[in-house]
Amino acid sequence: MSEKIITKKDVEYVAKLAKLELSEEQKEIFSQQLNDILSFFAKLKELDTEQIPPTWHLVASSEHFHEDIVQPSLPQDTVLGMTRYQENGYFRVPRIL
Amino acid sequence: MSLNELTVIDYLEMIRKREITVEQVIKDTIKHIDRVDEVLKSYLYINREEALKEAKKLDKTIKNNKDIPPLAGLPIAVKDIICTKGIETTCASKILKGFIPPYDATVVKRIKEAGGIIIGKTNLDEFAMGSSNESSAYQVTLNPWDITRVPGGSSGGSAAAVAADETLIALGTDTGGSVRLPASFCGVVGIKPTYGRISRFGVIAYASSLDQVGILGKGVKDVAVLMNIICGYDSLDSTSVNVSVPDFLSSCREGINDLKFGLPREFFSQGLHSEVKEKVMKCIDKLCQLGGKVEETSLPNIEYALPAYYLIAMAEASSNLAKFDGVQYGLRIEDSGDLEDMYLKTRSQGLGAEVIRRIMLGTYALSSGYYDAYYLKAQKVRTLIKRDFDNVFQKYDLLICPTSPVPPFKVGERIADPITMFLTDVYTLPVNLAGLPGLSINCGFTNRENLPIGLQIIGRSFEEEKILRVAYNLEQEWKEIKAKKPNLSFLKDQSL
Repeated sequence: MSEKIITKKDVEYVAKLAKLELSEEQKEIFSQQLNDILSFFAKLKELDTEQIPPTWHLVASSEHFHEDIVQPSLPQDTVLGMTRYQENGYFRVPRIL
Repeated sequence: MSLNELTVIDYLEMIRKREITVEQVIKDTIKHIDRVDEVLKSYLYINREEALKEAKKLDKTIKNNKDIPPLAGLPIAVKDIICTKGIETTCASKILKGFIPPYDATVVKRIKEAGGIIIGKTNLDEFAMGSSNESSAYQVTLNPWDITRVPGGSSGGSAAAVAADETLIALGTDTGGSVRLPASFCGVVGIKPTYGRISRFGVIAYASSLDQVGILGKGVKDVAVLMNIICGYDSLDSTSVNVSVPDFLSSCREGINDLKFGLPREFFSQGLHSEVKEKVMKCIDKLCQLGGKVEETSLPNIEYALPAYYLIAMAEASSNLAKFDGVQYGLRIEDSGDLEDMYLKTRSQGLGAEVIRRIMLGTYALSSGYYDAYYLKAQKVRTLIKRDFDNVFQKYDLLICPTSPVPPFKVGERIADPITMFLTDVYTLPVNLAGLPGLSINCGFTNRENLPIGLQIIGRSFEEEKILRVAYNLEQEWKEIKAKKPNLSFLKDQSL
């Protein structure tokens, strides 16, 4: 593909935002593939959309409300039971600082 | 005849007449899965004990002449992206290995309440991201019509299971064609109803503004039966639409001479395989013979649908998949590092290449400085695509086109080139952008290699009844196509 839209440095930055750790080899492959795909997406520039509103929702009736009734949620031990990393009713994670 | 070969309609009739038992059907189905699935690899999990237990319970109810529930023990395969209480749900990803949902998705709950039996969980492209099933982290499902070819994706496990009689019917999900494309590749019926028609509560999200649950079955009436059970409003899904649910089975009746069909010329242009075109044109002759009025029409912006679709899907995916961080469930890779390090290692080792590629592109498209140029632009183009459909649907009841531009391709043929893989969905994904209902039905086979070809029928929002009626009329005309089954001769090579 002709122009380079995304550099290896961009790939590293985006990976950081997405909480992904890439090997040197992956960085190379992704910079190439991401460039190819973004060049392909550039086709959209052909269309003048200045006056066109975006479609965020397909469902027109997005304003439906329901009664505020308290419903039971999942029991704590069921939720904590999905991981072995738990302690005293909390999820346990590695040190944060 | 082995009972797993039954259609849903025949099954329900034979159960009600007490000619067969649920247990016999479940046993035949599991026996057949054990015979063929070592090769086809449709299933990630087979619900052996639980399915048999349920079958015995239902047989007792039926024997005691109590009210027979509407699905009466019908075995149903469920795509492994739909949560099943107590049964591992992986999305065919390593990051969800060991995740056992504490609740059922609404669709599964409704099936169980109607007396349906979950026979197993089917394979898919990881997190439904793919068109071939090759991005599954666990196995590649093969096409029962030719085991050197892909079954299509992402609901390829469900489609192959239905085609090879490993179940009577199956659930899939469709974000850009993931029910209709594998239905086409495996020669079965696949329907993606209108966005909002079926609850997505408990369906693990890929792209929330596009995802919809769909059904894959052996016949049009079969999918209509299941539509009647799973469609309808659900307060647990904020995108669920509160409209009345008609009796879809009664829409499968004869006569289409009141209907007007549009053929979007853009779907018959370059890139369309000649034999696919030939078979689809034959269908159009058939529709005319049956009294339908058919005209050529145009969706002028459709060539922009593919890039707009993938930008929106990837952006939404990058946001939806941020929750897989190793903290609460699924995989966690933890060594001496801190929390950040755990996130990085878990996500990088738990997610596959296709998923990482889409998260990267989605994150980029949403990041500061690029949002307007990519994501916002794509959402505006989406408006244009939707307007194109609105325009043609003022004049026509339905649109007719191929489901896929090509017949099933070989395993490995497209996996190295992401853009070529994206192009497989070129006729299906515009339907998701506009939230419309669409159905794929087998309309014939390629001459030399005998591979199924799918016809796509697209309707107005919430007009699934017309789609089913047309599909049913075509099916009645094509009895020999429906009767044809994949030749499972590959089994002879196996020492089973």
